[in-house]
Amino acid sequence: MSALFDWLDDRTGIRDLTHAALYEHIPGGSRYRYVWGSTLVFAFTVQVVTGVFLWMCYSPSSQTAWESVYYIQHEVQGGWLLRGLHHFMAQAMVVLLALHLLQVVVDGAYRAPREVNFWLGLVLMQIVLGLSLTGYLLPWDQKGYWATRVATNLMGIVPVVGPSLQKLVVGGTDYGHQTLTRFFALHAGVLPGLLVLFLVLHIALFRRHGIHTRPPYARPDTTFWPDQVLKDAVACLAVLIFVLVFVLRPAMDGANTGRPPGEYLGAELGAPADPANEYSAARPEWYFLFLFQFLKLFEGQGAIGELLGAIVVPGAIMFVLALMPIVGRWKLGHIFNLGFLVILLAGIGILTGQALYADRMAHYVAQPPADADESRAKSFEASKAYLRAVEHAEKDAHRAITLAKRPDGIPPTGMLSILREDPKTQGPRLFDRYCASCHTHEDARVVPAEPSAPNLTHFASRAWIGGLLNPEQIAGPQYFGGTTTHKEGQMADFVKNTLNEADKNAVQQAVAALSAEAKLPAQQSADTQDADLITSGKQQITTLGCTDCHAFDGKGETTAPDLTGYGSHDWLVGMIGNPEHRRFYAQNNERMPAFAKHADEPEKNILSPENLDLLVRWLRGDWYEPAGAAAQAEQHRD
Amino acid sequence: MSQSEQIDTAGATRRGVIATLLGLIVGLFPFATGIFAFLNPLRTRKEPGADADKPGRLVRIATLAALPDDGVPRQFPVIADRQDGWTRYRNEAIGAVYLRRQPGSEQIEAFNATCPHAGCFVAFNRDRDVYQCPCHDSAFKVDGKFEFGPSPRDLDQLDADLRGDGEQKEIWVRYVDYITGIQDKIPKQ
Repeated sequence: MSALFDWLDDRTGIRDLTHAALYEHIPGGSRYRYVWGSTLVFAFTVQVVTGVFLWMCYSPSSQTAWESVYYIQHEVQGGWLLRGLHHFMAQAMVVLLALHLLQVVVDGAYRAPREVNFWLGLVLMQIVLGLSLTGYLLPWDQKGYWATRVATNLMGIVPVVGPSLQKLVVGGTDYGHQTLTRFFALHAGVLPGLLVLFLVLHIALFRRHGIHTRPPYARPDTTFWPDQVLKDAVACLAVLIFVLVFVLRPAMDGANTGRPPGEYLGAELGAPADPANEYSAARPEWYFLFLFQFLKLFEGQGAIGELLGAIVVPGAIMFVLALMPIVGRWKLGHIFNLGFLVILLAGIGILTGQALYADRMAHYVAQPPADADESRAKSFEASKAYLRAVEHAEKDAHRAITLAKRPDGIPPTGMLSILREDPKTQGPRLFDRYCASCHTHEDARVVPAEPSAPNLTHFASRAWIGGLLNPEQIAGPQYFGGTTTHKEGQMADFVKNTLNEADKNAVQQAVAALSAEAKLPAQQSADTQDADLITSGKQQITTLGCTDCHAFDGKGETTAPDLTGYGSHDWLVGMIGNPEHRRFYAQNNERMPAFAKHADEPEKNILSPENLDLLVRWLRGDWYEPAGAAAQAEQHRD
Repeated sequence: MSQSEQIDTAGATRRGVIATLLGLIVGLFPFATGIFAFLNPLRTRKEPGADADKPGRLVRIATLAALPDDGVPRQFPVIADRQDGWTRYRNEAIGAVYLRRQPGSEQIEAFNATCPHAGCFVAFNRDRDVYQCPCHDSAFKVDGKFEFGPSPRDLDQLDADLRGDGEQKEIWVRYVDYITGIQDKIPKQ
């Protein structure tokens, strides 16, 4: 063995190399205050290792990026751990950078002859920040997409070269495949390459000048191996444990027991990026929040303020940092440097706190009174909107993952194409756009308006029809209260006077029978169970006098909407398509527009056939849910 | 042996210069090739369906009947063909506009839903009658005028036209994306 090693040493000089690497002289003994540089090297190594393994599963394009990250997080064994480690170690790296910088400045380690190495460190810091900025986009979820749009748009305000620079980074004027391929090349190729290059120079210079120690030396001199390496290893272990705590923290929540780990452990994955749907919770990663908040200080100063806040001031701060080794030659200069860094870090801390609080204030403080000053009311409103947006974003993300896990899986066109055909996702948007100026709905994404038409939550369900046929409710705000003619029309009159006197059981049977016409997915088992009740209810619809105005099963009058198939897909398509059709309100239609009157020329309609179908299916609660969840929803609705 | 210890310095400078030049050429050529391809996005490229002389493109947004004449802005998606690198999307949502119509009027006001500050989508707040940007809190009055926040200009108004007759009237908008973050309204291209 020894002979083999001698041979290798003769040919390579490995003994000297190893000796030079390991037996660096450390005056005054090893110390924990020297560990920060090593923890950063460790963090970077973890990023390279986890990054390469993530790379083996990742595919950068607008139809595959989210999908492949979903695959890593939810399908690949231990993928959530790999991703979680990469995600949280990136954040730990930024914290370690700040600590390393603080340590160097406090110890005055930037002074001659180490100026150049300090500058190399600043370059490394920029590269690390660049890595985190580019990595944020790669999952191609709403959060990363919209945050990157903001970051790259800010780049566009740089005078003269800004717009071209932005185009080069984005890969054109629009965000898409080229943005991903470029960001990925930067993230996994260019920036790590530069980082390694600068790190080699940084460590080479560090070795050239020797470790910067601070007297008094309490202990005898030692060498890097094994004393300092042991301390470094302990520190790296602490970093790893710290990061793992963040990755695994949700496991301590008992509510998560039994769920697949990808659903709650590791890094978050939002809904797929959708350039056509706003994401109102877009925020940068927490360590960039201070910049985000800083920009708000320049409100109302237009493009100049923007340029100052986003580019000039941060640039000036970097410049002062770069001057530190020169300024620090004098004792007073060193004190200035220390003061500057402390104020800078405190400022960053305060701005970060402000940004976090501004978004969450609606959690902590009560709604300001109506006469409160305008800016307080605005801040409160903005916070409320943010918290609502976060809630919606979580729901959208959950929905996207539910759909990705369907037996059909993800098609080659990507997840966004599935979400665009999903009634549960698109329904509230369509309702908000086309129906919400008159109708209301309890879905949180529908912006409530002053209702002038019925609330359509659970339309045609037993509860909904029961309310309509309730004398107390029919002219109330949930039904005809806001209408002009119907609240005092024949139907309201019939419910209040005739039906009020009728046998309650008979009314209940009629309600069940009418509701069964809709064949609502959530009522499927109840309808099957109550088949007898429904059969007698059908009889009651005639007996109670409904068919004096409405047609039902081919019987009765047609002066009011046909009750045959009431609330069914076909009925709703017809009703929304053209309420003035004689099957529905005919000339008694108050003011509901015909959304799809032209069956032969759909391009002339307000709602396309696809959108009408999505809206109707959403109103009927007819969308995909995994088996367990569907049963739960049905139970809930009963 | 003794011969090899003598280093031939005659013409060394010339050889050194040539070697440096050759090194630069062989080193920079592949790099330059890459940079040339990398600069591809700087070429001005028209979106599918874009006009040669005017920025943006005319897009049918909705029928007139889809926009209630109550003075409340409503968001509509802009559906058009889109080229994303190697993929051509047919009839995709490429952005969004806010449309507004005054009571009894057929005059359409159209705004690009993108905030001129940093490119987030603004949302219309019906309680306060303002457009609000969720990212940096810029606010715009219902007529698109800047109210407060970091936005350097008003919401970007777009040209809107009505086509067709009677009930068949359709709202067409010249959809243009403008460069964000600057005072002037300059189309992206």
